[in-house]
Amino acid sequence: MRDFQFLFAAWMAVWAVFLAYELSVARRMSQLRDELERLKQQLREGSS
Amino acid sequence: MKGRIAFTLGVAALVFFAGYAALFIAPDEATMHQIQRIFYFHLSAWMTSFAAFTLVFVSNIAYLSTRRLKWDCLGVAGAEVGIICCSIGLITGPLWARPVWGIWWTWDARLTTTFILWLLYIAYLLLRGLLEDPQRRASLSAVFGIFAFLDVPLVYVSNRLWRTQHPQPVLAGGAGSGLDPTMAKVLLLCVISIFAIMVPVLIDRYRLERMRREFDELRLEAENRAPDPHLVPTKGAI
Repeated sequence: MRDFQFLFAAWMAVWAVFLAYELSVARRMSQLRDELERLKQQLREGSS
Repeated sequence: MKGRIAFTLGVAALVFFAGYAALFIAPDEATMHQIQRIFYFHLSAWMTSFAAFTLVFVSNIAYLSTRRLKWDCLGVAGAEVGIICCSIGLITGPLWARPVWGIWWTWDARLTTTFILWLLYIAYLLLRGLLEDPQRRASLSAVFGIFAFLDVPLVYVSNRLWRTQHPQPVLAGGAGSGLDPTMAKVLLLCVISIFAIMVPVLIDRYRLERMRREFDELRLEAENRAPDPHLVPTKGAI
């Protein structure tokens, strides 16, 4: 197959970028959720 | 949870079938042969990025008219998704250009306006990081976002108005343009599959931005209460 390496590289790049972005959003969400819980806990302890 | 798993499996099947169709079902292009198959995800990524930037534009206008922060959150989510799809276009384009044109890149009207578009939306996100006050940040970035969107129609018409190294449009390009019916169906399938990936990510990114707002509000509340401000988590911690 002619120019297969370019086709393969483009294909891999598409999925690598999508996957990296999806993982990045999931990681940021999970970190923020933890921080939010910790802060809520801190505020609850402060008010009681 | 079950619904989410079923949806993910459905999207995975759709993406797999779209990939299979682009590689094996679509007919071979007469002059470029196999390398032309990059087109199916290259153009789909551009269509998705244009849709995302249009969403940013609409959100920016909605924010400036209503001053509701949910529009600002939607704008950020759209800008990030748009940049990701734009990056895919900018990566796959040169990989297609090298074997066909013999060069990776040229500063013609289409490629230059596209590169500027990518830089404008990166600047949109960077600008937000420089401003602390949420209302001021939202207002300034909304104005900047509206200005940045002016480049979208310019990218669209660039290879219609000027002679470019980039090929002339195959869709809505006037006489002589058009796609083989099988190629058009495969392209449609690829566009749907990229949208099916990016819409749930956009929703997640929107939720993330809303959570960040909630976090900022609670942090401010905690700062006002806490005797030692160092005990309060900082924005940098996330």
